[in-house]
Amino acid sequence: MSGQNAEGRSLHAVPEVATEKLTIAQAVRDAMLEEMDANERVIVLGEDVGIDGGVFRATEGLIERFGSERVIDTPLAESAIIGMSVGLAATGFRPVAEIQFMGFVYPAINQLFGHAARMRNRTRGRLSCPMVVRMPYGGGIHPPEHHSESYEALFLNTPGFKVVVPSNPYDAKGLLVSAIRDDDPVLFMEPKRIYRAFREAVPAESYTVPLGKADIAREGTDVTLIAWGAMVRVCLDASEVLARDDISAEVVDLRTLNPLDRETMIESVVKTGRAVVVHEAVRTGGFGAEIAAQISEHALLQLEAPVQRVTGFDVVFPLAQNEKLYLPSRQRIVKAVEKVLAF
Amino acid sequence: MPRSKVYEAVTERLEILDIEGRVDAALMPEIDPSRIRDLYRDMVLMRTFDTKALKLQRQGRMGTWPPIKGQEAIQAGVALAMGENDWLIPAFREHGIMVLRGVPLHLVFAYWAGDERGSSYPEDIRCFPVAVPVGSQWQHGAGVGLSLKLRDEDAVAVTFGGDGSTSEGDFHEAVNCAGVFGAKTVFVIQNNQWAISVPLHRQTAAETLAQKAHAYGVPGVQVDGNDVFAVYAAASEAIERTRRGEGPSLIEAVTYRLGDHTTADDASRYRPEEELKEWEGRDPILRLRRYLVEQGLWDDDQETVLLEEATSWVDGQVKALEEMEPQAPEEIFTSMYAAMPPHVVEQMQSLLEEIQS
Repeated sequence: MSGQNAEGRSLHAVPEVATEKLTIAQAVRDAMLEEMDANERVIVLGEDVGIDGGVFRATEGLIERFGSERVIDTPLAESAIIGMSVGLAATGFRPVAEIQFMGFVYPAINQLFGHAARMRNRTRGRLSCPMVVRMPYGGGIHPPEHHSESYEALFLNTPGFKVVVPSNPYDAKGLLVSAIRDDDPVLFMEPKRIYRAFREAVPAESYTVPLGKADIAREGTDVTLIAWGAMVRVCLDASEVLARDDISAEVVDLRTLNPLDRETMIESVVKTGRAVVVHEAVRTGGFGAEIAAQISEHALLQLEAPVQRVTGFDVVFPLAQNEKLYLPSRQRIVKAVEKVLAF
Repeated sequence: MPRSKVYEAVTERLEILDIEGRVDAALMPEIDPSRIRDLYRDMVLMRTFDTKALKLQRQGRMGTWPPIKGQEAIQAGVALAMGENDWLIPAFREHGIMVLRGVPLHLVFAYWAGDERGSSYPEDIRCFPVAVPVGSQWQHGAGVGLSLKLRDEDAVAVTFGGDGSTSEGDFHEAVNCAGVFGAKTVFVIQNNQWAISVPLHRQTAAETLAQKAHAYGVPGVQVDGNDVFAVYAAASEAIERTRRGEGPSLIEAVTYRLGDHTTADDASRYRPEEELKEWEGRDPILRLRRYLVEQGLWDDDQETVLLEEATSWVDGQVKALEEMEPQAPEEIFTSMYAAMPPHVVEQMQSLLEEIQS
């Protein structure tokens, strides 16, 4: 990672802090562990989060440390996991609920959209839902059906949630700590494709990465690539390819989609004059459309070319043999950049 | 104001064949000896292809596979009780009965190897595709059962799910609605006692899963799911009752998942070794073989021939799988709608151009 922006990245600013090399999955676990240590009202619940340590091992060791009253293996019932979290959160707990795969969130949508997102507003602040819903999302791991979806747009179209998507271990830990401490429901999407793809130095002690702050993952001058989660790394790869042709791409890692750091994003687009939004979710109604709209609202006259989108297709996420056809690739990003440069 | 009893129910459990291979003659259903041998063949065939799938997975020729080892008696017994026109609505651990109902094994393999065509069964096969979202299929089972009733068809819907799925709201809604509408649906719970790492006693505080049917006014019975005769007897009774138009039925078949949840799981992390060993001793296939040998219906030579035949048939299915033409890239688009909307056509063309360039 060639992170240049020290905002929220004390790792780069304070190199003497003790660190350990962690994967995203381990960083997520560390965040929960530290917050549970610090606040006994923080509890973890979900399917297989206890004895098994989570199907991705993101809750490994928590039940041994905190016991089965704070690390709760639930029955197989997504609606109950979220509905009970609403009840727990409204009465003083800070639940960190896990939905095993984002593709399985549908039974819980009634509770998420109908209650978690609305509790504060409909009681005019009398009750609230300070809860985090962790969900591994996205494709690229050759899993069975319903294990590859990216549904952030549904949540972004439902006022009341914050939506956070880390792209690396450092941010994963710092953002999850912020999410747990936040007073509103936070959807925390974990890019399962890169859960264990690489390790990064992460401070052993507690720190936060603020919600609502984007990161400039790579500085550049010719075009702005805007992405989140697993797509940030694909954008960084594409930037390397572009650099060989002397095209300088800036990569904005949004990190939080709601609230959106419009300032960082627009500043970058004003600087480069060109933008390509990259996301794994389907194209129509995807968050890329919202970003393109905001860029046109705030930087239309500085644009040298129309904003381009590199996204999933408007199809059901293909089974393993064809998932590569679906996923945005380095090649597709390069092509979109060539298009905005040639405009 | 008196306190009076308004409802009381008893949940029965049926066992016929014990682990030594002895049967309770009074309860033994009438099955032709050649049919009993077929049941045994069916179960061995399931074990053979399940073992093969695990091997293919380790070799990288198969995706994630949910094994059925230990659950063969339920699937063979229910299949034998089903009529030709009955519908099967499976969850995701029903490959055995799917194959017995005529779904080509190479298509079952194709689905789990990550090829959508694996869910495109031949026209005359009355079977829904695999349902991965846990518990969702119960509702389809209720709907198909209602459809059969409304169309006055001489057929029933048999729908399957696991113990974990009875914790989902969908299960309760499905059994309740089937009861209200008198749907021609038979619900079969394969209670293998583990929903990934969560044991049954953490799934429900109820003694049995069968008793949950009573809450919806539906008859429910528990059977020893490793006893193919008990499964057959209970399934026949339930299916015929439902076929006569007397409403839905539910069967809880108690078994054990001898394998991992899927090839992505490692059950030794959470499951006691002794429990596994104990259930290996209750293997449904061993039990039926003991019975057959005892009755003089089976010998070592027949066993050898069967194993050879099963292996060669499964190998043939693997060959059929591997001889499938690769999917054309446009297939990710072409079945989305009856008629493709323009924006999807546009996206398909962009993919094809990319591939050609």
